[in-house]
Amino acid sequence: MRLTCPHCGERDLREFYYQGDAVALNRPDPDATDVEWDDYVHNRDNPAGETRDLWYHEGGCGAWIVVTRNTVTHDVLCTELASDLKEASA
Amino acid sequence: MRFSGLKVLAEGLTGNKGWAAHWRDAQPKPEYDMVIIGGGGHGLSTAYYLAKNHGMTNIAVLEKGYLGGGNVGRNTTIVRANYFLQGNSEFYSHSLKLWEGLEQDLNYNVMHSQRGLINLFHSDGQRDAFARRGNMMINQGDDAELLDREGVRKKLPYLDFEQGRFPIYGGLYHPRGGTARHDAVAWGYARGASDRGVDLVQNCEVTGIDIEGGFVKGVQTSKGVIRAKKVAIVVAGRSGLVAGMAGRRLPIESHVLQAFVTEGLKPVIDHVISFGMGHFYISQSDKGGLVFGGDLDFYASYAQRGNLPMKEHVMEAGMTLMPMIGKAKVLRSWGGIMDMTPDGSPIIDKMEGIDGLYIDCGWNYGGFKAVPASGWCMAHLMATDQHHDYAAKFRMDRFRTGVGIMDEEGTGSQHNLH
Repeated sequence: MRLTCPHCGERDLREFYYQGDAVALNRPDPDATDVEWDDYVHNRDNPAGETRDLWYHEGGCGAWIVVTRNTVTHDVLCTELASDLKEASA
Repeated sequence: MRFSGLKVLAEGLTGNKGWAAHWRDAQPKPEYDMVIIGGGGHGLSTAYYLAKNHGMTNIAVLEKGYLGGGNVGRNTTIVRANYFLQGNSEFYSHSLKLWEGLEQDLNYNVMHSQRGLINLFHSDGQRDAFARRGNMMINQGDDAELLDREGVRKKLPYLDFEQGRFPIYGGLYHPRGGTARHDAVAWGYARGASDRGVDLVQNCEVTGIDIEGGFVKGVQTSKGVIRAKKVAIVVAGRSGLVAGMAGRRLPIESHVLQAFVTEGLKPVIDHVISFGMGHFYISQSDKGGLVFGGDLDFYASYAQRGNLPMKEHVMEAGMTLMPMIGKAKVLRSWGGIMDMTPDGSPIIDKMEGIDGLYIDCGWNYGGFKAVPASGWCMAHLMATDQHHDYAAKFRMDRFRTGVGIMDEEGTGSQHNLH
């Protein structure tokens, strides 16, 4: 599995740090309930198939990247800058 | 059919014609008292202890593939009780005691070999941490002995003691730790459960869980509807998918963990050894293959195979620790699906809000040694609706409340840290 950084191009997996599910981009309000926070911090859809997760290009440009990939085949379908997605949704 | 020395001798002299199938390959009845989803180590041991300890036998174990075809047949077979935190330590201590009596109990040779486990350390800080862990193990009633460098050299003379980057300061020796024949554990529990009347149904994939008014009613399967008063989800890496059938999300992310086996060699490694540098561990199977592995690949995966960077890392760690294995040829490698929880500790609990639905999951990369106690405690929970004392802390709501988080490694309670 290799990942394509939107800035740096296709790179070795070892350059990236895996943060986890891209749910991390949808942070609840500080005064949300404990159930909502639990859901955000701990609970996962954990799909067998297409998933979106958040990677950090630690050994490269330092960008946070949302990777859409398949957990069964390891195919990488799409990589986008997390900052672009955040701006688009703002 | 019971195994005995006499039986082996008699069969050996008469052409081994008297061996029969070890368990009944059952077809499902329309209704059971209990259905256990998952015919792996934990599911089979749960069924066995439900029958043996609680006298419940109107039970089906549903397995989508073949019995023992999942992680119980795909692990590195290590059995140990060297946990630190209260909640974990009494549970794994109980499990090790069950292992020690398992072959007599099951009348089945699971080849449990208490060859001793040695966790190496490479700095003063690691030594302090292991000394503390060893004391906790002794307090729990288990065995631990802190070895200095010469003590390790006496047992493991073939390690590279001279290398400068990760010098070997000593090791924490756990004499009762060891290995077992993984497949035999599944087969032994399967036979024990089947003999007591439990139906073991293979090639039966659960496709839905029927819930009415907050009560579980049964399951939809590839072999039709099966009604049941109680249903247990015991499916390790697939926990998220099966819980999804009940409309639940779990604090689980499934990751891939790789393992490796070399060609068969003459006896060379007598213990189970772990290297503190890169989460490398190794033992030698009775067949002669060196069985070893390392860390997770560290990304969510159901592929049952990993990528090359972790392979390279594991090989490097092995060569750093014991250069002598460099000429051994790796025969095969594989990946298992690990049900990782945020704090690295498991869950044995009722599913909140759905009466009659139970879950046993979150074994991370350490489920094999837990098979006996997991089944023991899960059976207790299903039979009595009370948490067993030894598994009282394996509750799912610890993540919501923050009370009782069991982060054995002390790295934080977050999905990418264990």
